[in-house]
Amino acid sequence: MDFATFLVQCLNAVQYGLLLFLLASGLTLIFGIMGVINLAHGSFYMIGAYMAFVLAPYFAGQFLLMLLVGVVLSAIFGYVLEWAFFSYLYQREHLQQVLMTWALILVFEEVRSLAVGNDVHGVSVPAWLSGSVPLGELMTYPVYRLFASAACIVIALAMYWVVNRTRLGMMIRAGASNRDMVRGLGIDIRHLYRVVFAGGVALAALAGMIAAPMSSVYPGMGGSVLIICFVVVVIGGIGSITGALVASLLVGFVDTFGKVFFAEYSGIGIYLLMAVILVWRPEGLLSARRA
Amino acid sequence: MKARETIVPLFAALLLAAGPLFLTNYQQDLVVKVMVLSVFALSLELLVGMTGLVSLGHAAFFGIGAYVTVLASPEYDPGSVAVLLPLAMAAAAAYALVVGALTLRTRGVYFIMVTLAFAQMAYFVFHDTKVGGGSDGIFLNIRPTLGNWLDLASRVHMFYAALVALVATYGFLALVRRSRFGHALAGIRVNEQRMRAAGFRTFGYKLAAFTLAGALAGLAGFLMAANDAAVNPELLSWHESGAVLLMIILGGLGHLRGAVLGAAAFTLLKEALSNHGIVGAAADHWQLTLGVTIIVFVALLPQGLIGLPARLARARS
Repeated sequence: MDFATFLVQCLNAVQYGLLLFLLASGLTLIFGIMGVINLAHGSFYMIGAYMAFVLAPYFAGQFLLMLLVGVVLSAIFGYVLEWAFFSYLYQREHLQQVLMTWALILVFEEVRSLAVGNDVHGVSVPAWLSGSVPLGELMTYPVYRLFASAACIVIALAMYWVVNRTRLGMMIRAGASNRDMVRGLGIDIRHLYRVVFAGGVALAALAGMIAAPMSSVYPGMGGSVLIICFVVVVIGGIGSITGALVASLLVGFVDTFGKVFFAEYSGIGIYLLMAVILVWRPEGLLSARRA
Repeated sequence: MKARETIVPLFAALLLAAGPLFLTNYQQDLVVKVMVLSVFALSLELLVGMTGLVSLGHAAFFGIGAYVTVLASPEYDPGSVAVLLPLAMAAAAAYALVVGALTLRTRGVYFIMVTLAFAQMAYFVFHDTKVGGGSDGIFLNIRPTLGNWLDLASRVHMFYAALVALVATYGFLALVRRSRFGHALAGIRVNEQRMRAAGFRTFGYKLAAFTLAGALAGLAGFLMAANDAAVNPELLSWHESGAVLLMIILGGLGHLRGAVLGAAAFTLLKEALSNHGIVGAAADHWQLTLGVTIIVFVALLPQGLIGLPARLARARS
């Protein structure tokens, strides 16, 4: 493998890892703070991708505006969904949450099929991002993928700022490490839950919108990504955003280079990684919760 | 209470035994499917309901049992049940022993995820390599037989084979529950720390339960392969692991009847909601109706379907 190929694979790995991070950070917070196992998180990714497909004709040439509108819409959707459905799950056992959010996946998939059908769609890359940059003598790298990585980094930095530097972030961190204490200190936990949930949905939908021009938009795209997100969350440690970032990049690299070196067994790679890490550290790399 | 635990299953088994006399072919096939999935659900109930270990990778053992059955069958002759059945169960148990030894040190959500990881590894081995025909799976040319008196290619024979397997599994697990081993598992479910303080080596008990559950899932896999005469990697997928978990939660955890009830309810509900004759045009959108039905069921019946009579009695008084 020459250096240019190696570089391209590294860029792919980082880009994939960062995209996973957008999904997994929301999932890990919902999991860590509300204690809800949300199997429907992959559906938000699917909804985001379909939103990109539906919104694209209305925002020709204004891709960033479209992303913004999509984020606002999905945050509102998440806020309402928490109020209407998820707020009833907190009192229930984990297994019932699994059952109900699994049923929710079925509902979302069917509603999606009623609304936009079951065809595979493509979303075109916006014109100003459609070129590619040369790498070495033979290789090129699409600009859009660089944009995707950059966008994810910007969002990750913004999230870092919110979580570590604002009052809301303080409450989120406190909620992830000790929920009951936060409630005891008189913080309106229900409002916090709603905001965190809306944020998680918006991040997952944004990941879907960013991914849409790179992969096609297809039914069931939420299911495959969901399991990988859970792998990331568990490797990173539940409730830890830093852990999610480390784990996302780790999974991105293992998956990308696994496909290069062991094409036939590439699917096993990340699960092997997870098994090894959990046998070594049963609580994940950086768990927010103190046992 | 005791009467209900023995009389209801016995009555149900007798009713099923008379099934081929009055059921149509379509209904018989459906009942066989329910019985096979009931064995599968019972094997998971041993882990989740009796020991408190929530596994999201149970389909791996089911799928391995099914694959071994097909792979070990001769190509142009019927395989022998006496060879294939123990082989399928042993292979599933062997993988369960390895997975259990590695995963039982983790707890709670982490245990759920590591069991999923090992199931996904098995899934990708069958999906991505040529071991078992890749993503298309393989066909079983001739269904297994046992001497001259059992031929699983016959619908009636398959029906009774599944029934015998279901009754045997049910009876075996009912005995396990009453045994010293079963009480130890119940103790682990309630409070593992205390069991260890009382001098039990809980790891060994959990590993034994995990391996046993794997073997029983292998039995269900064998029946599945014999009934469908084909296997594909989807048998090992996390959807299947999720579905069987849903069955036992839907039925009611902590009761063997719950597992069977859940398997039947889930299979029949899916069948009914996707049947044009029953629900009309809504059958095209069975996922929506199934999803909403499950949400309503769980919201109203946290104890599962098995809690329905108690719930109704409470509503009446």
